[in-house]
Order: sequence, then C-alpha cells, then structure tokens
Amino acid sequence: MGPYRPGPVAVLLALLAGLFLLAPMLAVIPMSFTPFRYLKMPEGELSLRHYQTIWENADWHASIWLSVRVAFVASTIATVLATAFSLGIWYVQPRLKALLIGFVMLPMIVPPVVSAVILYFFMSWLARAAPAIGYDTFWGVVISHVVMIVPFAVVVVMVALSQIDRRIEMAARGMGASIWQASAWVILPNIRFGLIGAFVMAFVLSWEEIAVTLFITSINAITLPRRIWMGLRDNVDPAVAAISVILIVITLIVVVSRIVWRETRK
Amino acid sequence: MPAPSTPHAVPVGPAPGGRGWRIGGWGLIALLPLFLCAAYLVPFLGVANWSITLPEPGLGQYLRVATDPGVHSVIWRTIRICAIVTALAVMLAYLLTYVWIHGNRTMRIIAEICIIVPFWISVLTRAFGWLVVLYNRGILNTWLQDLGIISQPLTLVRNDVGVVIGMVHFLVPFAVFPIASVMRGLDGRVLMAARGMGASRLRTFWEVFVPMTMPGIFGSAVIVFVFSLGFFVTPALLGGGRAIMIAEYVYVQIFQASNWGLAAALSVTMIVLVSALLLALMRITRVEKLVR
Repeated sequence: MGPYRPGPVAVLLALLAGLFLLAPMLAVIPMSFTPFRYLKMPEGELSLRHYQTIWENADWHASIWLSVRVAFVASTIATVLATAFSLGIWYVQPRLKALLIGFVMLPMIVPPVVSAVILYFFMSWLARAAPAIGYDTFWGVVISHVVMIVPFAVVVVMVALSQIDRRIEMAARGMGASIWQASAWVILPNIRFGLIGAFVMAFVLSWEEIAVTLFITSINAITLPRRIWMGLRDNVDPAVAAISVILIVITLIVVVSRIVWRETRK
Repeated sequence: MPAPSTPHAVPVGPAPGGRGWRIGGWGLIALLPLFLCAAYLVPFLGVANWSITLPEPGLGQYLRVATDPGVHSVIWRTIRICAIVTALAVMLAYLLTYVWIHGNRTMRIIAEICIIVPFWISVLTRAFGWLVVLYNRGILNTWLQDLGIISQPLTLVRNDVGVVIGMVHFLVPFAVFPIASVMRGLDGRVLMAARGMGASRLRTFWEVFVPMTMPGIFGSAVIVFVFSLGFFVTPALLGGGRAIMIAEYVYVQIFQASNWGLAAALSVTMIVLVSALLLALMRITRVEKLVR
C-alpha cells in the first residue's frame, strides 16, 4: 500500500486522538507524587507518601495478594476448561459445533451487568447451600471469574489450534495413539504458545475484573480492583494514584518491550 | 465473537481408534458447557424467574419497564449516551487505524502504543485518570483558567460529558479491531487505480476508501454500542450518581432499593435487546471477517 500514505491532516488528527488515549495515564503520574492528603496537583514539593501507604498498609497488601491468588487459580481453571473444550471440538468436529461454541461465548457477549446479576443470584444461592464457596468468599470470586474469562481463553486456544496442520493428528491416530497420548505428546506441545497466551489473557482479565466482583463480594473478599473502587467512591484517595502508576508502568514495560522485540526481529 | 474456522479441515471420518476418540473427545467437550450450565445458565433461569415472581407473581415488572417514566428516562439516557459514544469512538478509531495500518513505520509504532497500552490498563485506572483531568480543580480546568480562557471552572464530571469522555476512551481500542481487519484486507491497487485515474487524495478517500471499509465501520459500531449498553464502572465513577445509566440503575435496584424483580426484568430486557442487535450484525456483515 506504499503510495497511499495518510496526509498531514490525518496524521495531525491521529496524533491528537493518540494524545487523548494517553492523557489520563499521563495525568495520574504527577498526581501520585502529591504531598496532599486529597486529590490536588503537587505545587513544587513532591512526596512519596502515597507510595509509602501502598508499601506499608496491610489492607492494600491483603487485596493485592488476594487478587494474585484469585487470578492465578481462576486463569488456571479457565485455561484447562478452555483447552479441553477446544481440543474436543477440534477432534470431534460435532454437528452442533456452532451452537456449542456460541453457548460458551455467552459470558463475553452478555452485558457485564447482566452477568453480574446472574452470578449474584448464583452466589447467594451457594451461600445457603455451601457457605464456604458462595457470596463474598475466595472460591466464590474464583468461580465467577472463571465464568467471565473462559470465553476469551477459548478464543485464544481455538485460534492456536486452527493454525496447526491437521495431518499430524491423523498421523498420530494412524500410528495407534489414544486420544490422551496424541493430546499430551503431539497436539498440546504444538499449541503451547497459545496455551500460555490464553493463561496470560485470562490472568489479566481476572486481575482487573470489577463489575462482577462488586456484586458478589462485600467485606471479606476485597480484591485489588474492589479496593481501588472503594478508594474512588468514598473519598478520592491519592493512594489510588500511586497504585495506578505502578500498574501503568508495568503495563507500559510489557507492551513496549513486546513491540520493540517484534520490530527488531524483522 | 465467533470461533475461528479450521483451515486444514479434513473430514475426520472413521479413523483408527475412532470409538475411543469419539468418547474421549466428547468427554473433553462436555466439561466447560457443564460448568457454564451450573454456574451461568441455571442461575440465569433463576434470574428470569425473579423477574416474574418478585415481589408478586406476574408480568408487573416488565409492565414497569415498559411504562414507568423513571425507568424510561434511564433507558433513553443510556441509549442516547451509547449512540454518542459509539459515533465518537468509531470516528477516533477509524482515524487511528488509518494511520496505524497505512502510515510509515514510526507512525505505525506510535499508533500501536496509543491503542494497545490503554487496552491493557484497567478500566478503574482509566476512569480515575479522567477524574484527575476533568474535575473542578483538575488539570484541564487549571490550565484553561491559567491561560485565561475561562474564569469559572467547567463542570466536566458528575454529568453526561464526563461519562461520554470516559466511555469513548475505554471503547476506542475495541472499535479499532474490526476496522483494522477490514483495512488490512483492502486491496491497495484499487486505491492506486483511483489515484491513477486522476482522483484527488480527498476524493479517493471519501469515494473509494471509506465505502470499501464500511463493513468494518458498521461492525465496529455495533460491537461498541453493545459493549457500552451494559457498561457499569465508567458511568458510575464519572457520572458520580447523577448521570445514571441502566447498569448502575440495576446495581442500585439490587443493593439499595432491594428491588430484585425490577433488576431481573431489566437484565432480561437487556439480553433480548443485545441479542437482536447482534443478530442484525450477523445478518449484515460476516462476523468472522471482523475478528481475523
């Protein structure tokens, strides 16, 4: 598409659009160094007090640790379920394929607030049937997160499967491998990057999940996004700026290094 | 999002070890749908049941959705804000995608960073960022006052303006992907032909490029609109309880008004509306083209 390059007007407008997309992230960085106890830009003097709060406050630690555990367990379960499902569909090619795939995609398509109401119903029912895994518990959050993130894992695994040559499966079958042997020794090693991708995607989505978590937790299972939400809703606490900057910097490092790595390989 | 199809689709047929493979294959398939039936589908039926039994049996809650002026104003505000948000997000996304796909290497990398970095950052962080920029003594108002452009701070949050800005910001990356897939698949020779026949840059853009990318624009608009309908966090934070949209209304009905029946009826209504929109999308464009 060589000769068809965007003109100067398009480039200028796109730069403004890009600036718009980066603006809120650029804004929280100075805010996180404010010496004040409330939301006010620093004037001259900078302070690390809000980072110190994150570093020292046991509540923030508990939330971060809870979110790490939830994201790890939920994305592991989601990846396993998604892989089993996609592999099975790939092997069997059932007639109801489209319907089955459509069904497992539902939590991604249904508006998040409706999913939240559904999971709220489920968790309040579980709280009566099995209080240890229902409303406002670790396992309650894990189960709900699995429901919300599993469609994304299915998409990633299916894309990975669609890129491998079907003949290697036929070869394994022809040589008399059972479905388990073929999966473990031939197919899964071939889609390992897809599996890692599905896990990472699921982990990030669970780590950030807030809409459903708000409905199914109250005082015990306060994940990091829920604590940030509380910091924003009740009184705007600059500690939120500090934790936001930490998260932004991590994201920035990962995304930019991926792009640089890809570009230098070319 | 539809499933990717298999390019190497070879009929599986009665291969060696067929029976064991079929049983094992169905065993693998079954796990996830069974889990979702238990944790999602059956509870959904429970919610649907709430909508016709709480507080008393009957279709009273649906009647309220259809007639109550309070509910109506929330629904109309939601649709109005979502329409504005969709138009703005698709325009910005189109512009950025254009530069991302067709620009030179530097433009491509900058555009990609602008699109991908916000995509991976939590919705809460992004809403908070906009609070910092937009509130009464925030960065934007301070700058404008220092420059002498305004004397009184503008009210940019706790109203529709803040909600629209925050939602557009959240949705631009999602609007980019369908447009990008169409623009990538475009045959550049058609554009060169138009230029070669003497059409100006602008005319080539409006009369050739834009019509050819229409499926992407349309797909992007439907996806963004559907996404924004059920959106909760950004309106709740930047609307500050004043510009209430349907998702926050549902939250309030459950946790503050204890009006579970109405919340359930609204949920069912939303599912019906979203399904209708997505069916229309599938009728008009081939969705699998948009995802690739």
